[in-house]
Amino acid sequence: MANKIIDIKGAANLIKEGMTIMVGGFLGNGSPHKLIDVLVEKGVSNLTLICNDTGFTDYGVGKMVVNNQFQRIIATHIGTNRETGRQLNEGITKVELVPQGTLAEQIRSGGAGLGGVLTPTGIGTIVEEGKDKIIINNKEYLIEKPLRADVAIIAGSIVDTFGNVYYEGSTRNFNPLMATAADIVIVEAEQVVEAGMLKQENVVTPGLFVDYVV
Amino acid sequence: MDKIETQNFIAKRVAKELKDGDVVNLGIGLPTLVGNHIPDGVNIMLQSENGYIGLTEAKDDDKIFEHGKNVVNAGCKPAGIRIEGAFFDSAMSFAIIRGGHVDATVLGALEVDEKGSIANWIIPGKMVPGMGGAMDLLVGARKVIVAMEHTSRGKAKILKNCTLPLTAENAVDIIITEMGVMKVTEKGIILKEYNPEYTVEQIKEATEAELLIANDLCQMQQ
Repeated sequence: MANKIIDIKGAANLIKEGMTIMVGGFLGNGSPHKLIDVLVEKGVSNLTLICNDTGFTDYGVGKMVVNNQFQRIIATHIGTNRETGRQLNEGITKVELVPQGTLAEQIRSGGAGLGGVLTPTGIGTIVEEGKDKIIINNKEYLIEKPLRADVAIIAGSIVDTFGNVYYEGSTRNFNPLMATAADIVIVEAEQVVEAGMLKQENVVTPGLFVDYVV
Repeated sequence: MDKIETQNFIAKRVAKELKDGDVVNLGIGLPTLVGNHIPDGVNIMLQSENGYIGLTEAKDDDKIFEHGKNVVNAGCKPAGIRIEGAFFDSAMSFAIIRGGHVDATVLGALEVDEKGSIANWIIPGKMVPGMGGAMDLLVGARKVIVAMEHTSRGKAKILKNCTLPLTAENAVDIIITEMGVMKVTEKGIILKEYNPEYTVEQIKEATEAELLIANDLCQMQQ
């Protein structure tokens, strides 16, 4: 079977100008920090980011925001990174704020072959602007479309050579969802082990979703 | 009372709304203080939207990590987990939140109105942090408790109609401030308990919304 292990520079080279990328993690917890550092060094720009948040100016994907690498950001929260707010206010970067549960389901549906999801979240708020609504069993729902990316970069605590991923503690968050919803999926492993070292029932993201392990 | 005493006074009263066995999600700021005031004999399970249930304080060993290590709360600070707890991904986290499996959520607010609508995620042109999980919590939690100071720099926060962009409409069940406990009903906002440091007239003056007075109005439980 093909070996999925590649070096970090090779992985970073898969991300090209203008692409849409998903970055796993929640305020940097469970984010692929080493890949982020290499991407900052490379400076690839004009990217669209899909991530829960924009981290901090010096931690997580926020470093790439500071380095001006995104032309568009889809996130649920940008309040911990003043640079994102500045770029939004000055019209440098487009920012679309999405409710967190909606973002999770948009990514899940993008990876699951669904045409989106119906959610009551956002009804009666500016989130519903420009979106279709539907009534099911007398309750109103917003139609939220699926999200996909060209590349997802995620982080795993223990990853085997086939790409099976185990996540420790609270590092799981958006990572397993993003692993299903991108054309190329790269996992940054805290620890790489031989296939067979992870108990199959502890695998959270099956290796079939993973293209490369760093 | 200074600001910290006021916040703890509110948090202590909020804690009495929580029942043994409740699954609870606490917002950032004042709502987080509620966890310090849970009465003896009441055991609650805290849900954290970044993906787990059974949130606790971090052990001292974990506090040396600035952003926590592998267990952090929704603010990326070191945290712990109870032996009954569990970790999960964000879709599961919001299935729990949106699906009605959270018994109560406690959130702060910039504005609340007579219909139970709430604004707490954006001040256009000034502050755009984003809604995070707040919109889902307001829609999905079985009981929504707003914990906040009654006014902001002398300006009413409990209004006839919210003026800021809403986080959710018709979502709030109870408002708890340093002045009293108010229930949001179809008829309007009813003052159920008052802090005897204030007169009912003073509380009405600090509230833009019409305040109905409960027949069984009593002093705030402490």
